[in-house]
Amino acid sequence: MRILTYAQAISEALVIGMRENPKVFITGIGVDYPVGVFGTTREAFDEFGRSRVFDSPSMENALTGICIGASAMGMRPVLVHHRNDFMFLAFDQMINLAAKWRYMYGGNAGQVPVVVRGIIGRGWGQGATHSQSLQSPIAHFPGISVVMPAMPADAKGLIISALKSPSPVVILEHRTLFDIKGEVPEGYYETPIGQANILRVGSDISLVCTSYMVIEAMRAAEFLSKFGISVEVVDLRSIRPLDEKTIINSVIKTGRLVVADTSWVQYGVASEIAALVAEKAFNYLKAPVTRIGLPDSPTPSAKVLEDVFYPSANTLQQAITKTLGRKDVIAQISSEIDNFKGPY
Amino acid sequence: MQKIGFPVETFKDLGQRKNRLAIFESLLEIRFTEEMIADNYKDQKMRTAVHLGTGQEAVAVGVCTNLMKGDAVFSHHRSHNHFLASGGSVFELVAELYGSKNGCSKGRGGSVHLNHRNKVFFVSTAILGQSIPLAVGSALSFAMEKSGQVAVAFFGDATWEEGVIYESLNFAAIHSLPVLFVCENNKYSTESPLSVRRAENSEFTQRAISFGVDAIKGNGNDVYEVFNLVSEIFSKMRKNPKPYLIELDTYRWREHVGPNFDHEAGRTFRSKVELEEWQKNDPIVAIKNYLIEKDSFSETELKSIEGNILSEINSEFKRAQNSPKPDKESIFENSGEF
Repeated sequence: MRILTYAQAISEALVIGMRENPKVFITGIGVDYPVGVFGTTREAFDEFGRSRVFDSPSMENALTGICIGASAMGMRPVLVHHRNDFMFLAFDQMINLAAKWRYMYGGNAGQVPVVVRGIIGRGWGQGATHSQSLQSPIAHFPGISVVMPAMPADAKGLIISALKSPSPVVILEHRTLFDIKGEVPEGYYETPIGQANILRVGSDISLVCTSYMVIEAMRAAEFLSKFGISVEVVDLRSIRPLDEKTIINSVIKTGRLVVADTSWVQYGVASEIAALVAEKAFNYLKAPVTRIGLPDSPTPSAKVLEDVFYPSANTLQQAITKTLGRKDVIAQISSEIDNFKGPY
Repeated sequence: MQKIGFPVETFKDLGQRKNRLAIFESLLEIRFTEEMIADNYKDQKMRTAVHLGTGQEAVAVGVCTNLMKGDAVFSHHRSHNHFLASGGSVFELVAELYGSKNGCSKGRGGSVHLNHRNKVFFVSTAILGQSIPLAVGSALSFAMEKSGQVAVAFFGDATWEEGVIYESLNFAAIHSLPVLFVCENNKYSTESPLSVRRAENSEFTQRAISFGVDAIKGNGNDVYEVFNLVSEIFSKMRKNPKPYLIELDTYRWREHVGPNFDHEAGRTFRSKVELEEWQKNDPIVAIKNYLIEKDSFSETELKSIEGNILSEINSEFKRAQNSPKPDKESIFENSGEF
């Protein structure tokens, strides 16, 4: 099958979605720049022009409301934030309005299917305000879907699904994933919102992950297989709705669980899944659940601090061997060569 | 009663006597409904925070009688007037206030989250300034589709203190969107007068103009003036889309939220004397006098019209009071992400 980068897969999904439905338009800061949001909106701009792919002033809150208003009239807006942290400025519209629209008007005012893309930053000194992951605060509220594709094929399929969804959908894309390559089917297909994906089948332990942590998880699983440890990697893909069934079934099978998220542990997705398993699969657990996320501080900027801040494949490996009581695995996973040239 | 507001495509101007009467009837419908809400609110059966619009009816009627099918109105927490003036039914409004499943939002919205099935009154929202970009977004959709429709954003003077209005004005101007910003300046934000919220030399209309949005002021208690201003703006806007702003001076008679007069509730931020001054400037009395003096309606004719409207609202009110509540099992209706 054809290999595309994550960024190319997003780009293709947007073009397909716009061909499919003339009511789709893309807006946000810099969506029509030649660089096109890390290459993801350039093809759409080239094909459909400024009438459907247009720049906006820096106005996250009102622009979200404008997209909601347009979607109430039947349009299909795609709003892009270069960093999902900027969505905090738009929380009134997203949380106080879009998430509640269908419910609080009794279903009589239709739906507001806005699609909001937010990019998670990491590294190159992104620091405290340009590297957060907002899945947990957004998914806390009923009425708004949150997806976090990790694989290029899912990035494409979930965007196409989002453009068909009757609900508002937030797509969180990790900047570190943009150059990752993978098999991507041609043409139109949907990846269902609300379905996790078992990326690697295993029998000793379930490793449930979100977004970029899926990549680290696959590295850890591959490494541990050399020591006879069989790790099942569950790529969550959707944060809300949550695919409880796939998670529970995996834990019933393996009896052990490590959860890894791109955000903090407290009140986060990792905690939600740990609680879910404690409630619904407690009797199947052979060991305590481990939650992996960011250390409890804002994100630092200096490279040496970033290096210790982010959990890696090694963090996962250590959590897994500890859960399994395997003291014999002392080797480390070699870190990937950092050949990234700034700025980010 | 001839229901006006939506649809009023035939309502081209105020040249006809019957149209002037219809405006009077629409004003009365709103006044009687709001006053009946105030009277009944004390029974503690309407368990929703009501922001009554008594005294401000001319703004709603003057603007909304200019609407056509396909236009979209967005409003704020004090939205009953706009709901009724743009064709919403008294029954569905009052049923919503009583938490009935037959309310316009099926008992899920309450007073501040109204919508109407005719889709002219699209929605009202409860966070200050929240609905303004919705009107701009609707106008963006109308402009992209070149439909000739217009959008209206109603808001109060306190919304000028929120950032979202500046973002919205800017965007509407950049994209030449067919949206009318209607500022109802009733001088108070809860109990705070304009003097503590706006510098002395600052004018709302000037703020809009500085963004490239044409703006004018009008008398919000003169329904004919409002109607004519908006009629002219809409006819320009439908042909040549661009945003406009009107600031209309008016006054809310009752307290910010609830059924009382401020002086009754022991509040001193506005005096009874000030209220009485504005009550002398009652938009409904002004139109009634016009109909008698210029349109030679008799006092008796108008009294009988008033009586008919009042009795109709009374029966809609009773029907709403007796309307069934939502089934408890329906709590999740329209929730979820798909």
